Amino acid sequence: MGEVILTMKEIDKSFPGVHALDHVNFEVRRGEVHALMGENGAGKSTLMKVLTGIYKKDSGTIIYEGKETEFSSTREAQDAGVVIVHQELNMVGDLTVAQNIFIGREPKKGIRIDDKKMIEDSKALFEELNIDINPKEKMSNLTVGKQQMCEIAKAISHKAKVIIFDEPSAALTEKEIADLFVIIRDLREKGLGIVYISHRMDEIKVITDRVTVMRDGGYVGTLITKDSTKEDIINMMVGRVIYEDPKTHSMVAPDAPVVLKVENLNAGKMVQDVSFELRKGEILGFSGLMGAGRTETARALFGADPKQSGKISIMGKDGQLHEVHINTPQDAVKAGIGYLSEDRRRYGVVVQKSITENSTLATMEEFTSGLFINKAKEKKVTQKYIEELATKTPNAEQLVVNLSGGNQQKVVIAKWLIRDCDILIFDEPTRGIDVGAKNEIYKLMSKLAAEGKSIIMISSEMTEVLRMSDRVIVMCEGKKTGEIDISEATQENIMDKATRNID
Amino acid sequence: MTNKKKKSLLSDQRFIVLLVIIALVIVYSIFSKEFRKYTTILSMLDFSYYNTLLAIGVTFPLITAGVDLSIGTGMICYALIGGTLVRNYNCPIVLAMLICVAVGMIIGLLNGILIGVMDLAPFLATLCTCMITRGIGSLFSATPWPTNGQPGGWFHSIFKLTFGSGRSALRLPIGFVFVVLLVLLMEFVLNHTKFGRYTIAIGSNKEATRLSGINVKFYHVMVYVVSGLFAGLAAIAYAAVTPTVQPGTGAGLELDAIGGVFVGGVSATGGYGSVIGSLAGIFVIMLLKTGLPYIGLSANWQQIITGLVLIGAVLIDILKRKRAVVA
Repeated sequence: MGEVILTMKEIDKSFPGVHALDHVNFEVRRGEVHALMGENGAGKSTLMKVLTGIYKKDSGTIIYEGKETEFSSTREAQDAGVVIVHQELNMVGDLTVAQNIFIGREPKKGIRIDDKKMIEDSKALFEELNIDINPKEKMSNLTVGKQQMCEIAKAISHKAKVIIFDEPSAALTEKEIADLFVIIRDLREKGLGIVYISHRMDEIKVITDRVTVMRDGGYVGTLITKDSTKEDIINMMVGRVIYEDPKTHSMVAPDAPVVLKVENLNAGKMVQDVSFELRKGEILGFSGLMGAGRTETARALFGADPKQSGKISIMGKDGQLHEVHINTPQDAVKAGIGYLSEDRRRYGVVVQKSITENSTLATMEEFTSGLFINKAKEKKVTQKYIEELATKTPNAEQLVVNLSGGNQQKVVIAKWLIRDCDILIFDEPTRGIDVGAKNEIYKLMSKLAAEGKSIIMISSEMTEVLRMSDRVIVMCEGKKTGEIDISEATQENIMDKATRNID
Repeated sequence: MTNKKKKSLLSDQRFIVLLVIIALVIVYSIFSKEFRKYTTILSMLDFSYYNTLLAIGVTFPLITAGVDLSIGTGMICYALIGGTLVRNYNCPIVLAMLICVAVGMIIGLLNGILIGVMDLAPFLATLCTCMITRGIGSLFSATPWPTNGQPGGWFHSIFKLTFGSGRSALRLPIGFVFVVLLVLLMEFVLNHTKFGRYTIAIGSNKEATRLSGINVKFYHVMVYVVSGLFAGLAAIAYAAVTPTVQPGTGAGLELDAIGGVFVGGVSATGGYGSVIGSLAGIFVIMLLKTGLPYIGLSANWQQIITGLVLIGAVLIDILKRKRAVVA
């Protein structure tokens, strides 16, 4: 490790109603990989946004290369050599690799863009980093891993001295992660300061030199990675030792009937020949890495996206399975399936509308007498579910945008319960939801299952999968690669199947 | 969390617009003796009917974050078709009026299918039907609908009851009552029916609405049918207050209506709006359009001031949204 290149001292930042950063300290040295850890909402991203000029700090100092600095935009930070590689890649899919890398600072020849120079410069960059990518390739044709490599190349080309990786491995395959680490080690060798944000403890141990932990917007402490254990870090993150008991055996009755049978479902590249059964009262976990095709499977099943083939059968009132044709979400809802999207704000709720309007959206027929909406009935039913699900809100007229993530999720659950759906697809049920509310959602899901609802739960969080599922289906690159009863499921055998198809 | 129900009257855009209307009327009245005359008010009301009807209709596509550019030229086109039927084919006036509305709904249906089913951008789709209706209108010759006293001339009395004759005739603007009733009806439709609820939901988050198992395509089409229906009604009002319907006119009237709706508080990104607001908004536009000459400002100023007022209205909307996000 070299000398300190960046110091953030006593950084404080508030948003209306939230103290996002509470006097946080952080430093990066040349030639080190410094992990920044903490649960969702701990303030890691906010801290990095303050650093790169997206947010303005309320107080505190930033010292970069010996001088007190405050960047007023990412552009300014970039020019000074502080570059962030975002989790969601900021690439223009329709442009080529070279065009993306040099976007905003294209080399010119007269008034013309010098494409040749751009391509050659890109090639030189890739050679330096030992990456094999054709600069003339269209960005959208690359895998997520390759796109990330391009982001890194772009950062390097900015003469970066500090590179921030914001959960870089979330969307990568094991091999791609290995490649990424080679590059990161190489950058460290060259004396760059690297900030590595990740939730994956194993990676932290492998790649980082120091770990700084944040909790609830505050600074907890900094550890030397090789001198500390996983438990040390976890304890700092949660502030207390918590140990979530994974489920040890299936809670489903052995004679529970199959309520949904999917056979050879095909929908594009992401869903290939997927077959599975869902039983009454079961929570069926769908595990896999990002881009494994789990959401796509759910959307095809729900009729949200077109499918090429596949037979879907659902248990009818007579207790027998009947084939249903689901081509639109309307068909799926009629068949008793409700879908809770991973992206609630885009696909789940109508944020600018009230809880009542959202709750009854799928069930208008029941609340219209003649032509008109029976608002009294609407309100009564919504109120009932607010109480039943313990949704925290002053009243049923509250706009959904004003609710927390967990409470928004409850509104979506209420929507499907009012509709009386028997099969619920939870896609990342606790994404963006804080720890306390997470537990509530888990309890709610268990309760629903115990009451006889059947649940498909797509989750990228291993602890969630192991804690909630009765059975786990593992997918990888559009194919089902495993089906494991919870009594046999371990983090290792799931991860093994989740990466099985990777060459 | 603050209780949103207790928001002050001042934060309701409709109330602000009402204040603007009152202020405009007061200013005009002080500066212009002419403006204070009953006949001035009457003629202003006369010309407000079709504008308001267009505004009522176009409120719905605007709430879905769409637009309907075909209503202005469409209205003229339907009025020409109706007038020609009455003049040249002895069509009963009632039938001619029904045909106006029916053709309006057909064009609306076409818009709706292009937008809701075939996924054309609303701007593009209705720009095309705007051209088409203008072209169809041009195929007809200038058409006076029957005037008062002629057979079928009674239809004028839908909008104004006239007692006596000549300059001293006493006229009652009964059309205003009907228009207000229609506004209230459509406000009710917007807030208390499935159609209204879905219109708002589509504008607010179309994908979430679709994933709630709602037949979004059907309701999206219906939104444009309603817009077309009101363009048809506006055609009748237009014929009632204009001596002759001229082919090739009507372009730009949709912009008055759309502007009025935005002044009235429909969100520029959809998902929120009110028909009563649209009524108030259209009166601001009308007052600016017809009133400014009374205080000695040339008509050119009207466009400039209207533009500025619109910017103000849309800014209010954006500020409101920003505040909502922070909260």
